[in-house]
Amino acid sequence: MFQRFRHITALAAAIAAVQLLTAATGKEFFLTQLTMAGYYTLVIIGLCLLMGYAGQISLGHAGFFAIGGYTSAVLTTVDLSAWKAAPAISLLAKSGILTGRADLYGGQILTVHPWAAFLCALCITIVVAFLIGVPVLKLKGHYLAMATLGFGTIIYSVVLATSRFGAADGISSVPAFPLLPGLAVTGGSSQRVANYYFAWLLVTVGMLLLINLIHSRVGRALRSIHGAEDAAGAMGVDAARYKLNTFILSAVYAAVAGVFLTHYNGGIGPSEASIMKSVRYVAIVAVGGMGSLWGTLIMSAVLNFLSLRGYFGTFDDAVFGSILIAVMLFSPEGVLKLDIRSLVGRWIRTDRKAGA
Amino acid sequence: MFLELFFQYLVAGLTYGTIYAVVGIGFNIIYNTTGIINFAQGEFVMLGGMTAVSLHAFLPLPLAIAGAVLVTMAVGGLIEMLFIRWLVKPSVLRMIIITIGVSILIREGALHLWGEGIRSLPYFTGNEVSAIEIGGVRVSPQVLWALGVAAIVVLLLNVFFHYTMLGREMRACASNRDAAALCGIPTRNMVTLSFVVSAGIGALAGCVVSPITQTQYGIGAGLAIKGFTVAILGGLGNSMAAVGAGFILGILESFSIWVMPTAYKDAISITILLAMLFARPSGLFGNSEAARLKEF
Amino acid sequence: MLKVRNLDVAYGSLSVLHHLSLHVKQGEIVTIIGANGAGKTTLLRTITGLLRPRSGSIRFREEEIGSLPTENIVSRGCSLVPEGRQVFAAMPVRENLLLGAYVQFKRGRREEVHRDLERIYGLFPVLKQREHQLAGTLSGGEQQMLAIGRALMAGPSLIMLDEPSMGLAPLIVKDIFAIVRQLGKEGGTVLLVEQNARSALRIADRGYVLENGRIVLEGAAENLLANREIQRAYLGKDVDAENK
Repeated sequence: MFQRFRHITALAAAIAAVQLLTAATGKEFFLTQLTMAGYYTLVIIGLCLLMGYAGQISLGHAGFFAIGGYTSAVLTTVDLSAWKAAPAISLLAKSGILTGRADLYGGQILTVHPWAAFLCALCITIVVAFLIGVPVLKLKGHYLAMATLGFGTIIYSVVLATSRFGAADGISSVPAFPLLPGLAVTGGSSQRVANYYFAWLLVTVGMLLLINLIHSRVGRALRSIHGAEDAAGAMGVDAARYKLNTFILSAVYAAVAGVFLTHYNGGIGPSEASIMKSVRYVAIVAVGGMGSLWGTLIMSAVLNFLSLRGYFGTFDDAVFGSILIAVMLFSPEGVLKLDIRSLVGRWIRTDRKAGA
Repeated sequence: MFLELFFQYLVAGLTYGTIYAVVGIGFNIIYNTTGIINFAQGEFVMLGGMTAVSLHAFLPLPLAIAGAVLVTMAVGGLIEMLFIRWLVKPSVLRMIIITIGVSILIREGALHLWGEGIRSLPYFTGNEVSAIEIGGVRVSPQVLWALGVAAIVVLLLNVFFHYTMLGREMRACASNRDAAALCGIPTRNMVTLSFVVSAGIGALAGCVVSPITQTQYGIGAGLAIKGFTVAILGGLGNSMAAVGAGFILGILESFSIWVMPTAYKDAISITILLAMLFARPSGLFGNSEAARLKEF
Repeated sequence: MLKVRNLDVAYGSLSVLHHLSLHVKQGEIVTIIGANGAGKTTLLRTITGLLRPRSGSIRFREEEIGSLPTENIVSRGCSLVPEGRQVFAAMPVRENLLLGAYVQFKRGRREEVHRDLERIYGLFPVLKQREHQLAGTLSGGEQQMLAIGRALMAGPSLIMLDEPSMGLAPLIVKDIFAIVRQLGKEGGTVLLVEQNARSALRIADRGYVLENGRIVLEGAAENLLANREIQRAYLGKDVDAENK
């Protein structure tokens, strides 16, 4: 119990330490990529719950990220002022769900308020995740992998083919997302530090939720499903329901990240929905160690930051491909499970002996 | 006019169906000997097409194609020996992730080697405007090449699997790996061979349709999904049914353009895949009983 | 011919065979009897390389085979008729038999293969009748004959049978055991694993009793048949009742 909070405290301390470090070394521009890495981490820890604890692979999580991001982007950029007179629209405008703002060229436009768009995005994600999850999660192994891959591909090709979604160009000029007076999710440099903290606050809260979840009755049920689904079923665990709920929860994590990252970047493009993105999420969960939320969190922060800073150059996708293969060949339990604990343990023990 | 358009779509569907069918067969060959779905299957088609285009720069067309097929076969064998052979009873999840990783590496390798450009082989006979009249319908000779080669591939595979010792050994390995080993058959080599054969037919298909569909480094993933759809439609493991399923999918896709924008074409086949997976995972033609009798 | 010394086998952390030792001499019929789950199948799968021992040695014709792949062990002349037949269901009977001759083809003994084929058809005339039928459509007994025939096609110097009587009607079981006895008479060496202890011991020269992964008793077959413990545990005789 206390260990859980120790870990969370350590995470909070690490988040603060990184920010102070960038401030001290004058590398505050790193915070932009660190913030983005935070949002991707949110997707990845959600996927980690699904893969590591419920034992279900998803090769379509970029699809949920895109559903979140695109819903919010469309709703907050589509101009409804032409229909201002329509009773439904004016009612929405009066209730604050629609909001007026100036567009890029100074004209006044009427769009959906980001918070309302956010709620919309969540609802759509939950509905889609439910509709997809019910049939998909009945499948196993290759079938499940292909079905989720197929889902991801459908989202990608729909996004790419629809002009409303900006086709290949994506949607730009997405407005800032107001959180509190004076604080908004936006890429502006004046809000850089605040945004960094907000992104990682989301991750921290997300972690806290997941950790509590896996230590609860639900977590035990999930582990028993992972171990042997039939046996779990025989013991009265409603495997299908647990899997579905986990699937929806991890989809919601992806969608939340999609919404905020879209507002942070001021736009979203079809590459966010691509299969390669989904595969990358899976790769990071695999390196972090299936079923190790903390390992996944650390690997996600590091790898996403390196990738976003462009350290992998044109080999970006190849790096993730190699990582996938290497981890699965040599250490399917994840890199951080490579017995570091026992290595450290041994070192401490010999240290003590030397001291005594 | 209407009839002519109808036949044009039909022919286009058949052409794409050919390649889907061959990829589907490739899936089945590897699935039968290993129980693995090789997510890198589409990359073989891409590799075949790209290599042939490069070789054609200094070799005559038939030699370039033969060379491309051999190179791709070598790559297929190498993949098996490097990444699959020495794993002891790997889990399905592990194998899925490894073959996905392999497909990414091949694709990225192709991107660095050949760039993003779209390439294609020249038409085997004639050019893009030449056409043969068949019963009042004008058909590109390349379509006939594609159908012909596909037919020959299917025929040869059938002869290989049913009438040669090596083919029978592979079938034995597919039907029961332990029992095959107990006959003294080197099962691991059969698995390598299945990757080689599967890569070879993929590459050949990639060459034959290259003049019509064109080749680019990134076409593999899409083909893999289509090929898998076909394999599932026909019933996983059943290659003859995959041919029929390939044509069905190709034609469905082709006619979908009538009612929907072209860009949604991919979504159609995947929707079919999902519907099949949910409703009849044993395939259109087979029953689940027959699907368990793994056959080529 | 076959010498197993201190064999330990485990599935993961679950130990199945403990320090197991046994041997089979040229021309012998040796049987291993034991209850379900005693480790009989595990033992045979380990000898043929389908499972890897944790420790111990397996020597076949004076050569260590414990780390060889299955196909090499078979080509050295050690064949197994696996539990549950495991014929190639979607192939005709004849192809099944020819696949069994894989190692003979590799040795370049084409003529012998055809002689062996005739011999198998002689031993099991029903296989000749069903030559072109798919193996999956045969009855259980016919499939068992096919499995034995397939193993014999490799021209083995030691043939091991895993529960050949399992799931078969008593009349067919009798036939199968008669064949095994005949193999022994023709000079073949046989290691027979059986739950059907009485029939097995009747045709065997020697026997081992396997219990929970350990050999608990060994001796000449007729001695084992007469052993009261065995009678009680494996032959289903109520010894005390009979004596009264």
